[in-house]
Amino acid sequence: MNKAITANKLTKKFGNFIATNAITFDVDKGEVFGFLGANGAGKTTAIKMLTGLSRPTSGEATVAGLDIYRHAEQIKQQIGYMSQKFSLYEDMTVSENIEFYGGIYGLKRSEIRERGGKSLDQLSMTNVRNHKVNSLPLGWKQKLAFAVATLHKPGIVFLDEPTGGVDPITRRQFWEMIYQAAEEGITVFVTTHYMDEAEYCNRISIMVEGLMVACDSPAALKSLHNASSIEEVFIKIARNKE
Amino acid sequence: MKGHVLRAFVKKEFLHIFRDYRTLMVLFGMPIAQVILFGYAITTELRDVKIGVWDMSKDQKSIELISNITSSEFFALNDNVSASHEIEASFKKGRVKAFLVFPNDFGNKLERGTASIQIIADASDPNTANIITNQLTSIIQRWDMLEKSKTLRRAFIDTEVRMHYNPESKSVLLFVPGVITIILMLVSAMLTSISIAREKEMGNMEILLVSPLKPAVVIIGKILPYLMLSLVNALIIMGIGNVVFEVPVNGSFVLLLLECLLFIVVALSLGVFISTKVESQQMALMMSLFALMLPTILLSGFIFPISSMPLPLQWISHAMPPKYFIIIIKAIMLKGVGIAHIWKETLILSLMAVFFIGLSVKNYKSRLE
Repeated sequence: MNKAITANKLTKKFGNFIATNAITFDVDKGEVFGFLGANGAGKTTAIKMLTGLSRPTSGEATVAGLDIYRHAEQIKQQIGYMSQKFSLYEDMTVSENIEFYGGIYGLKRSEIRERGGKSLDQLSMTNVRNHKVNSLPLGWKQKLAFAVATLHKPGIVFLDEPTGGVDPITRRQFWEMIYQAAEEGITVFVTTHYMDEAEYCNRISIMVEGLMVACDSPAALKSLHNASSIEEVFIKIARNKE
Repeated sequence: MKGHVLRAFVKKEFLHIFRDYRTLMVLFGMPIAQVILFGYAITTELRDVKIGVWDMSKDQKSIELISNITSSEFFALNDNVSASHEIEASFKKGRVKAFLVFPNDFGNKLERGTASIQIIADASDPNTANIITNQLTSIIQRWDMLEKSKTLRRAFIDTEVRMHYNPESKSVLLFVPGVITIILMLVSAMLTSISIAREKEMGNMEILLVSPLKPAVVIIGKILPYLMLSLVNALIIMGIGNVVFEVPVNGSFVLLLLECLLFIVVALSLGVFISTKVESQQMALMMSLFALMLPTILLSGFIFPISSMPLPLQWISHAMPPKYFIIIIKAIMLKGVGIAHIWKETLILSLMAVFFIGLSVKNYKSRLE
């Protein structure tokens, strides 16, 4: 089994509204998989179904080789998640947040100290580790949230719009962190609506109004649609839909 | 591993509580302020109430009766007038709360059995006026009995009223149990429901749900800190009650703490139940204020006696957990009884705890739909 994620006709309906309509795709282990789409295209709904926050209306999916219906609890041990809403505790310090999130994943105190120290080093945030999170700039918080989400060394990490509202330089640094995680063997499933970020992914899928309209490597998509950038691909696809 | 995870969670909760000065104020400032307020401000005891007399006869009997009344600890003579218009003036100046008017020739009329005394009370505060007139009447009647038994050389039946468990009618004895009830309810239910709602509102709940944390650990981790702090609170209130207002704990202290613990669990499970129903801190606050606090204050028998409520309200009050707790805590603190006398109330509270915990666990969604 070398697929990190498989989804087969995964569907979620809210009343008459179809948030994701029979999406089918798979993600290889160690891959950086981008999930593109406008706001409301169904990206967050898809991520919530895969992480066990939301029960699909129909369809099948596996995460880390485990069925999302039958093995939801085992899946939780295998994944990390960074939500669209900012999710660190603002009234706690950087270290306290790391201790807490390490603690709820059952890491030992020594493991937390060692891995947390290493992460803070890489982020050059060691000198602010006793500062409260609410005193940090947004970009720092997002990078810290990513470090916290991967502290327990999950096989797969789900990032829901991790770079929303962050300045270009920090976004660049954030993607370097994603690459490094991928190099360590972590599969990265990332949603975004920044088209330039799509170029950094191994493969991307594009969602429009709940449907998955494309899924391939950025280069293949560009040559297929005869476009010079993913942004152009996206616009062409969106026009075709209309 | 379980204990380790729970410890991390409880530690985080304590950090939240101790870093939020508003929570700290609600937790520790309010109980102290409430006990002091209720203890000092709201009082129904009589002590040295100022009264005046208009004695038209000034004979031996009237002077004897007046000195009998003013020698009690309840009343003090503050005005002596000789015309009716002075009574009005004395009331208006606030010199007295009540007046006694003795007619001419009081002593002779007393012997013929036609004596009467007029009591005029300031009823702008009707409650106090009632208590004053009752007290005055009873003193006068007892003096009258005594006089008659002297002259007729015949024993009269003398009734002596003793207010058991609260001999001096000290209101603070009743308010301390009430305040403990309110504070435990408020701290336990309101603060837990708000703190869970905050996790939802800020988006932290999603992260907790994606993590391998069991829902039970989340709920216990939320409840445990408030359970400890509520117990500390109950001890603080009892301490202040004991030191400042001399409220005793006549019964078993251990039993009292166990009953407090039981009531806290009921209140906490109510708080968790509320938090499963609301999405924001504001809603949690409103729900706990209107659905819990007002009924606790109004319908638990703390301020208004349940027996004097209209029937439908009496039925509602039977569903109020604080009602049973106030009965229990008064019984232990004032009467000093054991579990044999309060097992029924204890059982009802236990059933309520089981019911609300069951409901909350059922309602706690491990999936956010």
